Amino acid sequence: MKYLNEFRDGEAARRLAGEIRRIATRRWAVMEVCGGQTHSIIRNGIDQMLPTEVELIHGPGCPVCVTPLETIDKALAIASRPEVIFCSFGDMLRVPGSARDLFQVKSEGGDVRVVYSPLDAVTLARQNPDRQVVFFGIGFETTAPANAMAVHLARRQGLENFSMLVSHVLVPPAMEAILGAPHCRVQAFLAAGHVCSVMGLRQYPPLAERYSVPIVATGFEPLDILEGIRRAIAQLEAGESRVENAYERAVTLEGNAAALKMLDEVFEVTDRAWRGIGVIPRSGWRLSAAYRAFDAELRFAVTGIQAVESPLCHAGEVLQGAIKPHQCPAFGRECTPRTPLGATMVSTEGACAAYYHYGRFLDDEALASR
Amino acid sequence: MADTLHFEDWSCPLPLRNYPRIVLGHGGGGKLSEELIENLFLPAFRNPALENLGDASVVELPPGRVALTTDSFVVRPLVFPGGSIGELAVNGTVNDLAMCGARPLYLTAGFILEEGLELSLLAHVVERMAEAARSAGVQIVAGDTKVVEKGHGDGLFINTAGVGVVSPGLVLGPSSARAGDKVIISGTLGDHGVAVMSVRAGLQFETTIQSDCAALHGLAAEILQVDGAVHVMRDPTRGGLAATLNEIARASRVGVMLQESAIPVDPQVQAACELLGLDPLQVANEGKLVAIVEGGRAPEVLLRMRAHPLGRRAAIVGEITADRPGLVAARTTMGAIRAIPLPLGEQLPRIC
Repeated sequence: MKYLNEFRDGEAARRLAGEIRRIATRRWAVMEVCGGQTHSIIRNGIDQMLPTEVELIHGPGCPVCVTPLETIDKALAIASRPEVIFCSFGDMLRVPGSARDLFQVKSEGGDVRVVYSPLDAVTLARQNPDRQVVFFGIGFETTAPANAMAVHLARRQGLENFSMLVSHVLVPPAMEAILGAPHCRVQAFLAAGHVCSVMGLRQYPPLAERYSVPIVATGFEPLDILEGIRRAIAQLEAGESRVENAYERAVTLEGNAAALKMLDEVFEVTDRAWRGIGVIPRSGWRLSAAYRAFDAELRFAVTGIQAVESPLCHAGEVLQGAIKPHQCPAFGRECTPRTPLGATMVSTEGACAAYYHYGRFLDDEALASR
Repeated sequence: MADTLHFEDWSCPLPLRNYPRIVLGHGGGGKLSEELIENLFLPAFRNPALENLGDASVVELPPGRVALTTDSFVVRPLVFPGGSIGELAVNGTVNDLAMCGARPLYLTAGFILEEGLELSLLAHVVERMAEAARSAGVQIVAGDTKVVEKGHGDGLFINTAGVGVVSPGLVLGPSSARAGDKVIISGTLGDHGVAVMSVRAGLQFETTIQSDCAALHGLAAEILQVDGAVHVMRDPTRGGLAATLNEIARASRVGVMLQESAIPVDPQVQAACELLGLDPLQVANEGKLVAIVEGGRAPEVLLRMRAHPLGRRAAIVGEITADRPGLVAARTTMGAIRAIPLPLGEQLPRIC
């Protein structure tokens, strides 16, 4: 923990915030792409330390938030089947589908289990040859390698009772979609450090160049985030738009070769729908042809399920940085962590939940400037 | 676990040996039930009130007001680093009494056993319960055993009741916190929750963290010696410090402002929470005490707490404010303010 505490030093953080205050001469809007960064910003109150010139916009990088409603409905349909053991990471259990969530399916008798690794689901499949074990494979480039490994192992072990409901999404296409939107306000990105540690930094220079936008690979501790902001503002003030690595202890240009090889073998790039945003071309992964037999959507014939979002929920606009969570008319009224309309209010990393939990100590004026 | 069993010491070992696991008959009220009581529960919990084996126990109570509590224990796994459901049942009930300022005297214990439960495991739990009761100076004076069919229970559930007496004039309650009071906690947070999680199926990770399960009546009595200084005492079990302080803030219509850097958390617990995306302030404790104490006398209470073996790492972690009644917040190490919300339900490890 000593290693971590060094990145949480209050005095060093105040110095960095002071430096940002010193160099920021006009208003700049910086998007932190990842929900983990959003959570750290709000939890540590980093936004309260920044000068009014620097506005942080919360990005779409919460895997729970962007999983489409119909994918949740597919998960619920599969998990309700008596022959299925449905395995998921914990934070997907409370995400509402059209009518209910996985907790409710469990209470109605569905065999829904929280696992901590996709490999646990493979083990369950081996231990329960008479049941169908399904793993809910969601997330960004960070969780994808381990999920790919699980499918790879299942095939190698000849497990015919294992499958995966895959809804993986990729960060760079989402960043490009945001930059290409007509009312985009984002002027710089804090790229998600753990995504970069898997994929490397190679994907980002074309993006930075095409849209003249600084991109800084940034970690999750308070000093990481402040340093990322400092570098982004320094570039903006200097009129530069480069890719910078402010997370050198984890990120390299090439990324993780073993993870990339596994991803390449098991998955292929596909168009993918993002909850609240819509379909982004080539922004996701699906199982490649060699692994299609492990696709739970096909095995349980749920490909046809469609869903309609609540018209009250503005999560999509929040995810794209168009509005702040508290500017949604349903925020804190029809939509609370207990009665969430959208996933941004469910996940602890969702921007709406972060505002709901941590923002209530600021007055409306302070909230508006965040 | 099995090495704590002493089958040869039991008065009538043979019938129990014939059944290494609980069968439905152990709850039937007949010979098997009787053997379970006579060979396991009575020797473990031995005291005059229990030995009467009447429909109810008749006990002496000193004069004064009586504190009464009940609790149910459904922990998994049944045995975890630093304890078992047995100590948890005794200490948890003792603590509920102690937090009201009561001196705990008598407990009851109802066992709901699942068919198939290993008798050696039950014996281990019962022996640990008896030991915990002896340490806490309480007697288990009544009990009950039921057996449910396999698949209808988690091996073993324990329900308890507890009786204690409260000194004249002592009034402690969640609605007694006042602006200017200090918040003191008796030690590191989250040890129990992380110890249990570390041995849950699918989540075995290396840690030497042990549950902090302990009876707090001695520590409570010690700080109550500072006459009138303690306004509220609670043990932050499920929902952790976050839930406890939110309840106090609402009941007393006050705000709570914590200093995050002052809150003691074991580095291993902190690391496990980082890994799982949990907040140590929301993780369960089973041997920690939160005291809301008159501001000027907080240092004296703190000294007394630190002199007690269960309070060595006690710390003043915040204060009660008149601002924002009902809300709990913490000043972060960055100097900013964050809310400490009431946890919604069980904490869910996050995806990445």
